[in-house]
Amino acid sequence: MKAKQETPLLFRKHRAEEWIGRIYTTFCVTLLIVVIFSIVYFVASKGVSTFAVNGISLSEFLFGTEWLPDNNQFGALPFIFGSFITSLLAAVIASPLSVCAALFMTEIMPSWGKKVLQPVVELLAGIPSVVYGFIGLSVLVPFLRDIFPGQGIGVAAGSLVLSIMILPTITSIATDALGSLPRNLKEASYGLGATRWQTIAGVVLPTVMPSVLTGVVLGMARAFGEALAVQMVIGNAPHIPRSLFESASTLTSVITLNMSNTVMGSAQNNALWSMALILLFMTFVFVFVVRLLERRAKI
Amino acid sequence: MKLKKSVLLALTLAFSVSLAACGNNNNSQGSSASNGSSASNNKSAETKLSGSIIASGSTALQPLVDQAGKKFSETNSGVSIQVQGGGSGTGLTQVSEGQVQIGNSDVFAEEKIDDASKAAELKDHQVAVVAMAAVVNKEVGVTNLTKQQLVDIFTGKITNWKDVQGKDQKIVIVNRPGSSGTRATFEKFALGQKAPDLQGSIQEDSSGTVKKLVKETPGAIGYLALSYIDDTVQPLQYDGVDATADNVAAGKYPVWAYEHMYTKGEPDATTKAFLDYMLSDEVQNGDVVEMGYIPVSKMQVVRDVKGNVTNK
Repeated sequence: MKAKQETPLLFRKHRAEEWIGRIYTTFCVTLLIVVIFSIVYFVASKGVSTFAVNGISLSEFLFGTEWLPDNNQFGALPFIFGSFITSLLAAVIASPLSVCAALFMTEIMPSWGKKVLQPVVELLAGIPSVVYGFIGLSVLVPFLRDIFPGQGIGVAAGSLVLSIMILPTITSIATDALGSLPRNLKEASYGLGATRWQTIAGVVLPTVMPSVLTGVVLGMARAFGEALAVQMVIGNAPHIPRSLFESASTLTSVITLNMSNTVMGSAQNNALWSMALILLFMTFVFVFVVRLLERRAKI
Repeated sequence: MKLKKSVLLALTLAFSVSLAACGNNNNSQGSSASNGSSASNNKSAETKLSGSIIASGSTALQPLVDQAGKKFSETNSGVSIQVQGGGSGTGLTQVSEGQVQIGNSDVFAEEKIDDASKAAELKDHQVAVVAMAAVVNKEVGVTNLTKQQLVDIFTGKITNWKDVQGKDQKIVIVNRPGSSGTRATFEKFALGQKAPDLQGSIQEDSSGTVKKLVKETPGAIGYLALSYIDDTVQPLQYDGVDATADNVAAGKYPVWAYEHMYTKGEPDATTKAFLDYMLSDEVQNGDVVEMGYIPVSKMQVVRDVKGNVTNK
């Protein structure tokens, strides 16, 4: 009798909890969706007006090499090229280092690696980008200037700074992937008489490759979007550089340099928004590639 | 499913309504504040000023306005003054849209805003003069350049310092981005023409970085406001004239620009009192000089939008 009376009360209480939880989480998700869509809408509407309002042709914007805002010439190819070359080079420099560091931490010296190396790598991720930029400008640029011909400033300095910045991203993703590798795979390899290097090269690396690539793509996405540190060391000349040690620009650096100096609604300001739209579009591409890789990693 | 959809819809609606409400709130607050201040000022002009002033824009002018604003708020406790950076373009945009009371700018509004009617709405208040000089790395061995030599360097005709009686060293240009007010001033009054962005030239927006690069890069040339120049870089004479405040005031040294504080139409009483304070002797002979600007009152010449210079 007693139990019969209490059950509905408890039931009602849980149902209320259920509803509060559901409403609260739905609200949070809706907020996120609204914010994301507003940002995309805002950037897209501003970015499209370069072509719709100011009458600049899309092909001229994407493939033109002349950036002369005073003459209404907005060729953004030097910036697009700069962004791609710096983030690609950064990934090329950082990936082998990160993968080897991850292998060291998981396969070769798990105890010491986990205790000392992992916190150090995570610390790298926490350093603000302006610190990287300043160190790049004060240490790396003079160093490059002394060793190589040129001004020290340029794509080489930019990619080196970026590669240090994306190291932790790639390393921690690769470490996680290696850590979650089933034990029996390795043991089977050892059981067949393979050495540690044969096991790593023939079994471990091929198995975790999709996850490592996910890390590389995420690292590239970070490098592509990084503004401050790159802007300080790349030189920012609106031209396609002829060497790695010559002043160049990226999409982000030209936006940060000019956005505050131009008036909203002017053609140059709109052109900067179009570049922001390209950045946003590239982010979608990176996310898409990561999704594809993740699907491959599961199979 | 239907239920979920309706919940989602309701939440989105609620969210957008609350956002809209926020927007309205801000507007009404802003207008009531300005109404309030003007009303109280009409009643009794000699009683305390009140209200808030937001100024935004030029980072070159920001420290001066900030310091003067703090002093002004100390004597007029009812007034709060906020000074934001953001660049000349931002300041002009925001004052033109009525988001801020004062837009700080390094250049005339007519030079930045394409829409002439919008520019005409803005009222100019010139509060200081900033002069700039070409600076070079100390090792290049040049202390004076003529206008023609500067033009040849910045347009890429001269690429080695030996062509202007310096060392045999390649010239490295440290420029500002194309939209920068400092660059516009330098090109207009030092070069007399627009200079292209040369292949291999460096562009930096902040004066600190420009100074650092000129100091460290062999063969570098750049330009800085006088307040940033110290003995780590070599300032250049322009056609044989030293870049000093006295030469600028006398009209002998041409590379300078006004620092503008724009209001949309006539300023309200509080804003006007602050602008008058900016032009008072206390600020002009105190903070302005102390922070490396040149007082407007000292200038013996006047320059209009088109760049015509006349004696006062």
